[in-house]
Amino acid sequence: MTLHDRDLHGATVTIEEIPPVARFSLRVRDKDRAAAGAALGVDLPDRVGDRAASGDRTLVCLGPDEWLVTAPEQARDGIVRDMAAIRDGAPHSLTDISDREITFRVAGPAALTLMTIGCPRDLRRLEPGRAVRTVFDTAQIVLWRDGPDSFRLDVWRSFAPHVRSLLEIGRKEIAAGF
Amino acid sequence: MLLIHCPYCDETLPELEFAYAGEAHIDRPADPASLSDEEWRDYLFIRSNVKGTHAERWRHIHGCARFFNALRDTVSDEFITTYPAGQARPDLTIKEAAE
Ligand SMILES: [Zn+2]
Repeated sequence: MTLHDRDLHGATVTIEEIPPVARFSLRVRDKDRAAAGAALGVDLPDRVGDRAASGDRTLVCLGPDEWLVTAPEQARDGIVRDMAAIRDGAPHSLTDISDREITFRVAGPAALTLMTIGCPRDLRRLEPGRAVRTVFDTAQIVLWRDGPDSFRLDVWRSFAPHVRSLLEIGRKEIAAGF
Repeated sequence: MLLIHCPYCDETLPELEFAYAGEAHIDRPADPASLSDEEWRDYLFIRSNVKGTHAERWRHIHGCARFFNALRDTVSDEFITTYPAGQARPDLTIKEAAE
């Protein structure tokens, strides 16, 4: 998709860093998935890129045996406790990665166009409600599509200034009418 | 840019998300100490280096992170097929005979 596919005259996009959340990387084998889902209160989605949520907990399937678990920061200890309770019967790894990434929200009518400056995927095919690991100008990200014009990027902390500044350059170019 | 089908994501995605990982279907010797120097050298370094259909490992490193295998034509760079790690190399003669 090129910038010329859509009339962007006057279209805007905002970029903001959003408050931190609790994040965990969960690895669990097929046979123990149901137990992990029961402990978390959310069934583990099984298609790569699918999300599931219940209460304040959200899960994303990042790989065949890998899930990202997110929740408000105050829910962190509860997740650790719930998963520790099933450890003997359902071995798994639950790693707290909350501080590893910073999240940017990119939203507005020009959001999809702005994402194309750094992401090689055809993002028109990423349906709202899904989330995938991909790259943004060589930096690995988890890209959440929250709506047709709303994305979130989880960016590793050390790459965040680069990603942010590149997004700002793109935003200014779009605002200037390119 | 090449587009590569990841058998785990079941999507065809840009090459930038993937990393090449050498020739496929090379089994690590169960008992390296019993090998001669020549056999160990062959295991470590000697590759088929084919001109044509090559079975090779790829990793969807910036995606689902899984290793998988691919048959790629080293002349045209065309990906003929991809398949999960652990599966036998697909027999292309069956496919060709059917066509
Ligand atoms: Zn994949």
